[in-house]
Amino acid sequence: MRESQLYLNDVNRSFDGFKAINGLSLVIAKGELRAVVGPNGAGKTTMLDIITGKTRPDSGEVVWNKDTDLTKLDEADCARLGIGRKFQKPTVFETLSVRDNLMLSLSGDREVRASLFHRPSRDEADRIDGLLDIIGLTDDGLRLAGDLSHGQKQWLEIGMLLAQEPELLLVDEPAAGMTDAETMRTAELLRSIAGERSVLVIEHDMEFVRALNCKVTVLHRGSVLAEGSLDHVSANPEVIEVYLGR
Amino acid sequence: MTEPLISRRIGIFLALLFVVTVAVPLGNLVIAPGSTGHVPSHIVALLGKYLCYALLAVSLDLVWGFAGILSLGHGAFFALGGYAMGMHLMREIGDRGVYANPLLPDFMVFLGYSELPWFWYGFDMFWFAALMVMFVPGVLAFVFGWFAFRSRVTGVYLSIITQAMTYALLLAFFRNEMGLGGNNGLTDFRDVLGFDLTADSTRSALFVLSGLALGAGILVGRILTTSKLGKVLVAVRDAESRTRFLGYRVEHYKLFVFVVSAMMAGIAGALYVPQVGIINPGEFSPANSIEIVIWVALGGRGTLVGAALGALLVAAGKSYLTAAFPEIWLFVLGAVFILVTIFLPKGVLGLIESRRAQKRDTLVPDAKSAEAKA
Ligand SMILES: Nc1ncnc2c1ncn2[C@@H]1O[C@H](COP(=O)(O)OP(=O)(O)OP(=O)(O)O)[C@@H](O)[C@H]1O
Ligand SMILES: [Mg+2]
Repeated sequence: MRESQLYLNDVNRSFDGFKAINGLSLVIAKGELRAVVGPNGAGKTTMLDIITGKTRPDSGEVVWNKDTDLTKLDEADCARLGIGRKFQKPTVFETLSVRDNLMLSLSGDREVRASLFHRPSRDEADRIDGLLDIIGLTDDGLRLAGDLSHGQKQWLEIGMLLAQEPELLLVDEPAAGMTDAETMRTAELLRSIAGERSVLVIEHDMEFVRALNCKVTVLHRGSVLAEGSLDHVSANPEVIEVYLGR
Repeated sequence: MTEPLISRRIGIFLALLFVVTVAVPLGNLVIAPGSTGHVPSHIVALLGKYLCYALLAVSLDLVWGFAGILSLGHGAFFALGGYAMGMHLMREIGDRGVYANPLLPDFMVFLGYSELPWFWYGFDMFWFAALMVMFVPGVLAFVFGWFAFRSRVTGVYLSIITQAMTYALLLAFFRNEMGLGGNNGLTDFRDVLGFDLTADSTRSALFVLSGLALGAGILVGRILTTSKLGKVLVAVRDAESRTRFLGYRVEHYKLFVFVVSAMMAGIAGALYVPQVGIINPGEFSPANSIEIVIWVALGGRGTLVGAALGALLVAAGKSYLTAAFPEIWLFVLGAVFILVTIFLPKGVLGLIESRRAQKRDTLVPDAKSAEAKA
């Protein structure tokens, strides 16, 4: 058994009496690639909010690397621990250039003083060039991020996630707005990252999940309904019920 | 690829500012009254006042234009800087006041003070007052920002509490018990560092200092906003929570720029007071702070020089209109704000630059393709 990267145990969170997360338990091993699926409103994004310090759980444990309690930390703390997140709705810095979006995301000192005295370096430019190449935006580095297409913004945000070099990547519906070919490239990219880093991907697109070829967790009404290979969970009658019953 | 410190726009503005800063005092001191090119003394003081407004506008642009913090209380920092300078000028009057009290300013004698309130100590020394000009607004901004930014108060709510802050100070400074001259404020200044405030040479010197301060303010703003820190601020403006998820402590960045901006506003206020000869609680009025926002919006947010330009335009317009048609001034100002918001989202500067870009494109139709080939 590999060491655990992230451990959620009996986590609960309700909003105005509605239990968005309901006794959720989940373990992600170091270097694991995991897909999380579930119908709309299942609590997938809320789960990420809890892991990244945006939302506090009402009860339950959220443990990072076996020893750090994430429930006490805020977004910046969690990011600094090495948790990177891509949002469901692509969120980039619209009035900054694509290169600057990546530059701000590169791992490094985040303090005010460091930013004030920061000098652009050759090494930094090389890292940005490398990332632009991976996300297919080499010719768009100087464009404003706000001028990119929806799909390109998705790629840019993936690039920003890679730039942070996080230990755990939380990726919320990366394929939305992408062409089929791009979707497959994204799956490939995420597969290649896993191993070295842990990756948790939320996705609706079953083709995409199949391409990830990894363990799948089905979330429903805030808790885990089934877990296993894609074939295994899709044969589960309860899962079929949830998906067909909508 | 990184933005140059002196962009074309900044360069032009600083060059013009330099010319004005040199020419106006020369026109006043060297060219004899009556001959062409003479600048009357009251115009020197008036233009000096405009330069202070311009610096104040730059300070607001730093927080609003770049970090997206719409402060509706920046007039308070300006006024505090002004009061700090005013306190020094009061102490410098010494025993030449009406009551000839060497220690107590006239208003204190009048109100029956027997001794100098503790917070007036030290203001007899210029260096101390000069420090307080930045320190007092800086501390207020720090305390206010620490609570507001940590609690993640943003948008309209933040604007409202900044407005409440300046209003509260307005009420406080109106009270005689504050020991700062109550509703009359501080006035009847004589001299600064031994130079007579009514002398033309002193006025010119203050004018030059205001010009230098504005130039320095723009340069400081430019250094900050072209640095990585400036890009973090823009990131906060664009997508605050994204910035947090990258590991930046947004509240620290906001606090930093808010404090720098408040100190800049304080300097503007300190240069303003000796040129207008008075500081009173009216400077804290919420309407003043709103007017600063209009300057910046008119000139063009997030450009620094646009803010300065907007302040100069409105101040000149105000001087003209309040003299010619005093009753319509506020309506004109309101109309300008509405029109700019609807038709000129990038302000006057944005208009000038898009005009120029259009002209260039029509004159040299394939300049762009030539550039692309090169
Ligand atoms: N901050 C909040 N306040 C109130 N309700 C919330 C909040 N965040 C989430 N919810 C509710 O919790 C439930 C789960 O939402 P969540 O966004 O986690 O679903 P999801 O699985 O990501 O769905 P989708 O596939 O549509 O993205 C929804 O009913 C949502 O309305
Ligand atoms: Mg979601």
